[in-house]
Amino acid sequence: MSLQVDVHNRIGDFDLDARFELPSGLSVLFGPSGAGKTRLLRLLAGLDHPLQGRIALDGTVFDDVAAKVHVPAHQRRIGMVFQQPFLLPHRSVHANVALAVREGDRTQRRAQAEELLDQVGAAELAARRPQELSGGQRQRVTLARALAGAPQLLLLDEPFNALELTVRRRLRTLVRELVDRAGVPTLFVTHDPEELRALADRALLAERGTIDALTDADGALAHLGVQPGSSRASVDQQGIDRQGIERQRLDRPTP
Amino acid sequence: MCPPMGEIDWFPLLLSLRVASIATLITTVVGVTGAYALARWRFPGRGLIEAVASLPIVLPPTVLGYYLLVAIGRNSPVGRAYEAVFGQPLVFTWQAAVIAAAIASLPYCLRTATAAINAVDAGYEEAARVAGIHGTRLAVTVTLPLAGRGIIAGISLAFARALGDFGTTIMVAGNIPGRTQTMPIAVYDRVQAFDYATAGVLAAVLATVAIVVLLGVRRLEGPAL
Repeated sequence: MSLQVDVHNRIGDFDLDARFELPSGLSVLFGPSGAGKTRLLRLLAGLDHPLQGRIALDGTVFDDVAAKVHVPAHQRRIGMVFQQPFLLPHRSVHANVALAVREGDRTQRRAQAEELLDQVGAAELAARRPQELSGGQRQRVTLARALAGAPQLLLLDEPFNALELTVRRRLRTLVRELVDRAGVPTLFVTHDPEELRALADRALLAERGTIDALTDADGALAHLGVQPGSSRASVDQQGIDRQGIERQRLDRPTP
Repeated sequence: MCPPMGEIDWFPLLLSLRVASIATLITTVVGVTGAYALARWRFPGRGLIEAVASLPIVLPPTVLGYYLLVAIGRNSPVGRAYEAVFGQPLVFTWQAAVIAAAIASLPYCLRTATAAINAVDAGYEEAARVAGIHGTRLAVTVTLPLAGRGIIAGISLAFARALGDFGTTIMVAGNIPGRTQTMPIAVYDRVQAFDYATAGVLAAVLATVAIVVLLGVRRLEGPAL
C-alpha cells in the first residue's frame, strides 16, 4: 500500500508544494513550524482542497483537480490524531471511540471500541468523560479513535506536543506498536529531533512550503545542521530542541 | 389590595402557557435548524434571510402584527387555505396567537443559537468528519451538543418573549376573554377596568417567569451576560 502525493496549494500568500510517494510504515514529516506540515495533513485528510495536482492511495484517488475529483473527508477512511484531542466532552471515552467505528451493528461497534481502548491501554477509562483524563490519557483515546474506522492511512499531527517527556516516550512506543499492527502508510508530524530519531522508518522534510525530500532520520537531521548520531543531550547542547530548529533557522544567514 | 386567589380568572395564564409552549416548540425546530444552516452553510440570500428573521426585534410589535394580519387574514392565501381545511378563520383564534408568539420570538432563538454554533471550535467537527461522521449525524452528535448551552439559552429567551407578547398577539388574535386573552393582554384589560389588584397579580406572575428565565440564561451563558 502506498500514498502518492503531487499537489500544489496556496493559502493567503503561503504556497505549499508536495511531491512524494509514501510506502507502508512510519514516516516522519519533519521541519520547523510554518513549513506547511499541518497544511499538508489537512489536504491528505480532505479537510482542504488542493489548487492543483493529485492525491491517491494505491488505486483510490482522493483528489484529482484536473479530473474534478475530491473525495470528502468522511469517505477517505483515514485515521487522524490532531494536535488537540477534540474528544466530545458530552460523551464518554467509550462513546467517543464507538462513534468512529464505521462497520457493524451497535453491539459490534461497542465491542470494537472496547477492544481498541484495550489496545491503547485505556480500557479502564472507558466510562469516564474526556475532561476527566490527563493529556497523555486523552491522546491514547484519540489514537483508539483514529484506528476505529479501520483506516488505510494514518496521520498524526504533532500529537504529543503538549505532553511531558516521559509520557511522550511511552506514547511513542505505543504508536510504533499500533502502526506495525495496522500496516498502513503513516505520517507522523513533528519538529522534535528525538521523536524523529525514535520513530522514523523514513523522514520527509518540510521546508518553507516544499515537501519532497524522502530521506532517513539522520539525513533529515544532517540537512538541518544536526550531526547524525548525536544524542539527545548533544542535540540540546547545540540548542536544537523542539523550538531550537526554528531558532537555528533564524540564526542562519540568508543567502 | 390583593384579591383572593379564588377570584382571579386564571384562564389567561393557562392560555399563555399553552400558546408560549407550542410557539417555543415551533421556534426551537425552525430556529435551531435555521441557526445551523446560517452558521454552517454558505448559500445565496443567506444575509437577507438573517435580516428578515431578525425583523421582529426591531419592528414595533403592532407593525409586525399588522403584516401578520395581512399574511394570515381571511383574504390571504394562507387564511383561505386554513379556513378551507378547518372550517373557521385563522385570525382571532388562539392558534393565531401561537403564530404571533412564534414569529415574535423566533429571532431570539435564531440569533442566540447561531452565535452558539459559530462559537463551536471547528476542530471538533473536522475530527468527526475525518472519523466518518457527516451530515445530520455530525450536527446531532457533535455540533448541536457542543452549542447546547447557548441553544438552550436561546430557547429560554424565546419562551420568555413568547409568553410576554402583547402587540403582535392582540393584532391577530384580538382580546376575547376566555378565548384569546393571554396574560399580557389580561393585564392591559384589567388596568383598563381599574382592577389594579388583579393586574398586579398577573403582572407579578409574568415578571417572575421572566426573571427566572433570565437567571437561567445567565447561568447557561456564564457571568458575562
